[in-house]
Amino acid sequence: MNAFDTLLANGLAVAEHRPWPRAIVDEDAWRSATAALREGVLSLLGLWGEHDAVHMAVYDTQTRGAAVLTLPCPNGAFPSVALSHPPAIRLERTIADLFGFVPLDAPDSRPWLDHGRWDVRHPLGATSPETTHAPYAFLANEGEALHQIPVGPVHAGIIEPGHFRFTANGEIVVRLEERLGYVHKGIEGLMCGADIARGAKLAGRTSGDSTVAYTIAFARAVEAATQSEAPARAHYLRALMAEIERLANHLGDVGAICNDASFAIMHAHCSVLRERVLRAADLCFGHRLMRDCVVPGGVTVDLDATGANALRELIKDVRHQFPQLVSLYDQTASLQDRTVTTGTLKPELARQFGAGGYVGRASGRDFDARRAFAYPPYDVLTFDVPVLQEGDVNARVWIRIREIEQSLSLIEQILATLPSGSTQTDIPLRAGEGVALVEAFRGDVLVWLRLDESGRIARCHLRDASWFQWPLLEGVIEGNIVADFPLCNKSFNCSYSGHDL
Amino acid sequence: MRRLILQGLTRKPLTEARPAADDPELLALSARLDAAAKKRLGRSLSIREVDAGSCNGCELEIHALQNAFYDLERFGLRFVASPRHADVLFVTGPVTKNMREALERTYTATPSPKWVVAVGDCALDGGMFAGSYAVVGGVSAVVPVDLHIKGCPPKPIALLKGLLALMENPIAK
Repeated sequence: MNAFDTLLANGLAVAEHRPWPRAIVDEDAWRSATAALREGVLSLLGLWGEHDAVHMAVYDTQTRGAAVLTLPCPNGAFPSVALSHPPAIRLERTIADLFGFVPLDAPDSRPWLDHGRWDVRHPLGATSPETTHAPYAFLANEGEALHQIPVGPVHAGIIEPGHFRFTANGEIVVRLEERLGYVHKGIEGLMCGADIARGAKLAGRTSGDSTVAYTIAFARAVEAATQSEAPARAHYLRALMAEIERLANHLGDVGAICNDASFAIMHAHCSVLRERVLRAADLCFGHRLMRDCVVPGGVTVDLDATGANALRELIKDVRHQFPQLVSLYDQTASLQDRTVTTGTLKPELARQFGAGGYVGRASGRDFDARRAFAYPPYDVLTFDVPVLQEGDVNARVWIRIREIEQSLSLIEQILATLPSGSTQTDIPLRAGEGVALVEAFRGDVLVWLRLDESGRIARCHLRDASWFQWPLLEGVIEGNIVADFPLCNKSFNCSYSGHDL
Repeated sequence: MRRLILQGLTRKPLTEARPAADDPELLALSARLDAAAKKRLGRSLSIREVDAGSCNGCELEIHALQNAFYDLERFGLRFVASPRHADVLFVTGPVTKNMREALERTYTATPSPKWVVAVGDCALDGGMFAGSYAVVGGVSAVVPVDLHIKGCPPKPIALLKGLLALMENPIAK
């Protein structure tokens, strides 16, 4: 019996939770789980609150099993996970902001998403009127030659808002501290009491660039909770949309990374390819970003012969154009000078934080939710998960290049083996709990939810891959020059909205 | 690189013809033509984009305006890095309470005459996020709005039509 089984065996199993086991545990078991996270036996998938408890989702890298542990919080406090496992710091600060639970002995007790402007404290827990907050205390930096550069929340480009506080010694960044939460919309608050259809729309508006991945994760969690199954054709169409989304984002970002090194020709050509992908998506599914196309029970749009042909043409076009751009990237020394050995993420940090997506895979973390959980149709499709060890901007670009090739192959496989039949099934209105982990373009998205007897959402938690990537960005910029921050940042491309919720 | 540049010289451009305004809202905007404002701006508008809580969907489509198909800059329209250089604010999102002050300060930093375009369904009234403890609910609740472009997110072509209407027929200020 391994550590994972012991944790579950000592807890009270919750029968209505699917597909992973969930157990209500005591403080001792919670502490052993925290120790297992620290030792790297388990990796953290999520940590979130509810009105009377905190939940922790963990993944066992050896057995590829996952589980949810629940610790009741009758006294409004719980033993801090972050105390021995730093990746949990911001998650715990968020639990404190939204629910008012105190993580005991936590290393950082500053608010995170709550900027003191909501008119209400602990909006998802025992609420009280907002009292004036003290100004946010950034971490202290001491040294004679140091200076600070505050950036944001309104940035110079067309990007999402967030604040970056750089402390630099000349050109060298000594410390970057992020302050996020500016786009907190209260999505989890809006989820409470919503019906499934509204929940799916909200999930699809959590992070616009990953709308397909979020709606798939939400749909799979609802289907698990209600013990229903989408038709086979719907699974294939979902995967088709997910790969189109991945393709569009990777193509756009490869160009945008090069643009941050002022290499505009890559950006121009990659933008054209991205636009072609979005136009094909619009033709096939009626929306360029494929928003609201995936719903619990299946998909709302079917693919016709015209759409399938457009996708085949698209693949031909990308296969013809993209390799020329890859060789341009690879053979331009001045560009390589900016990306190679810039913003290096050490494999040890990637492992500790459970960094998903290309951020983790460029630093040796061999994890992809499509393979680890093999949700349909990825259980029968053939694909490689590219992994590199270097961990620099260049490695993250190469992971994306390889993933573009894999997505093209996956789209071809899906078109060739698309089953016939219906695309949607009815979801019964019933109580239940479900969880799903889905691979979005930037990493794994976790959705956990509980439905009440009327089939409405009692609680829904959405965790973007960015939660475990943003803190690492602070780490990789250290020792780099200020001018390389845009490159590092774009090579991560973390979501603000997906993180701020 | 040489090959790519040569291909660019010999191929037909990807850029598409300018769209015609067919939206009643945009046509109404034309009716409010003010020659003085038009003269003052010449044939160019500088735009500062402000994300006030969007899901990032609108930003993706605003980005697309700069690709070769839409080529925004051929119309004299360009995105600038500071509100102090801008004539137009392009505001997306339901305006979160955490972004309210930043939006107000961006508006104040923009020199007059200035126009505000609210982009996307949530910028109108908060959209799906209306009623949340964390959102104000619509751009017009914080700064005066001159034009609203619908969509979730609006397609680049819809954004372009709105901007062209504003550039050619700016509301008197």
